[in-house]
Amino acid sequence: MTLAQIFSYPFMQRALVAGTLVSLCAALLGVSLVLKRYSMIGDGLSHVSFGALAIAVALGITPLYFSIPVVILCAFFLLRMAGSSHWNSDAAVAAMSAASLAVGVLVISLTTGMTTDVDNYMFGSVLAMKESDVVLSVVLCGAVLVLFVLFYHKIFAVTFDESFSRATGVRVGRYNTLIAILTALTIVLGMRMMGAMLISSLVIFPALTAMRLFKSFRGVILCAACTSVVCFTAGLTASFFLSTPVGATVVVANLGVFLLSWVVSALRRR
Amino acid sequence: MTPRELIVCRDVSLGYEGQCVLSHLDLTIREGDYLCVVGDNGSGKSTLIRGLLGLLPPLSGEICRSKELMEGAVGYLPQQTRAQRDFPATVYEVVLSGCLNGRKNRFFYTAAQKSAAMMNLGKLGVLELKDQCYRDLSGGQQQRVLLARALCAASRLLILDEPITGLDPAAAQDLYKTLRYLNEKEGMAIVMVTHDLKTALGSARTVLHIGRSGVFCGTTAEYLSSPQGRRFQEAQS
Repeated sequence: MTLAQIFSYPFMQRALVAGTLVSLCAALLGVSLVLKRYSMIGDGLSHVSFGALAIAVALGITPLYFSIPVVILCAFFLLRMAGSSHWNSDAAVAAMSAASLAVGVLVISLTTGMTTDVDNYMFGSVLAMKESDVVLSVVLCGAVLVLFVLFYHKIFAVTFDESFSRATGVRVGRYNTLIAILTALTIVLGMRMMGAMLISSLVIFPALTAMRLFKSFRGVILCAACTSVVCFTAGLTASFFLSTPVGATVVVANLGVFLLSWVVSALRRR
Repeated sequence: MTPRELIVCRDVSLGYEGQCVLSHLDLTIREGDYLCVVGDNGSGKSTLIRGLLGLLPPLSGEICRSKELMEGAVGYLPQQTRAQRDFPATVYEVVLSGCLNGRKNRFFYTAAQKSAAMMNLGKLGVLELKDQCYRDLSGGQQQRVLLARALCAASRLLILDEPITGLDPAAAQDLYKTLRYLNEKEGMAIVMVTHDLKTALGSARTVLHIGRSGVFCGTTAEYLSSPQGRRFQEAQS
């Protein structure tokens, strides 16, 4: 079967379009999150989005309309906590992850029962993307990309040095909130296909790979974006041939590229 | 405020959440000043810096800033964070980010800002490192790069928070020399928090000592003969 034939299936087309855009957004935001030592927030948000999704399904609401505001709210809250000295934000993220997971599982088992649904939410399904989801993904990912490009320099400054940016009058809180909202959107959009347990790797892996290979921030951003898109496409195609879940296959592809970059940078240093 | 005054603090108390860290401080920073802030740990040096930068509103009293400073003519050299030390960015990218001014909503850098960044790279002798990665530099070079970034933001006043922490003695001397040059030749006012009293006093003209027993503010010579100064010197030697 050729590539053209694979992507003639409508569900594969939808997965390709939405997935590529989501991986692109995740990679861009991931660089900033990883550098700010906020990787765990991405992970925490994906667990929250699982809980939100379970509740939305139980209530019979369109999942995205319910999950997006809930996850954005949590992102806002987590970021506030990370910035405050009163909270042990590490513990708070861990507690929130476990709690939302528990709520999600409870809600599912009380309503539909522990069926394949849970499996799909946790580890993703290529069939989960509906026409309306794709349209929403395209619009929101477009917004994420535009905002990222427009505020690129400010995002760099805030990522590199919050205190300095604050002193020069940049409204750091506003950009942190922007990053949090964009991350929340990306995670919610990506989790149906990638799975709640796996979506955070889409945020973290490309950034780690790019940071091993490039010396400039722009280089890292561009490399992360390319790596992420290539890994997603490769993972999606491979998952079709091997009949494996998309999410896991994409993560393994990312892991492979990361290990490769590790070897390359180790060789370069010798 | 007279035209030469940059920052005037009148009976200022600073602190967090109603808890006063620093109380009833009077301080004036003028053009071309070189002020060294010393004191014990936890005495409120960093709090004062945050107050001067306008990041912390005073609990009482007032902090007046000259018009230039309101428009963002302060350069700040914060203490380095752990995340920064292995940050993937070129020296040029870092220095250019100093040109960002929060008050002007611009999405991209202008040609004038880019040439200002190049000029400041040259001024601090790190122009040849322009395309190198920030994380590959030595501590002294990193500090120079951050100083160049601060210069992009500043035209009148530099505020430095323990700039020589983690530098070897030679690099520290180098940094002091640069600061003295900026102060004497370019008329840049400098406010520096430091633990390294002996060398800092060599170039500073005024000293602000913040201690639990009270605040001392005066010229370097006055400080050395004051009780606080003598006690502090003994503790250092």
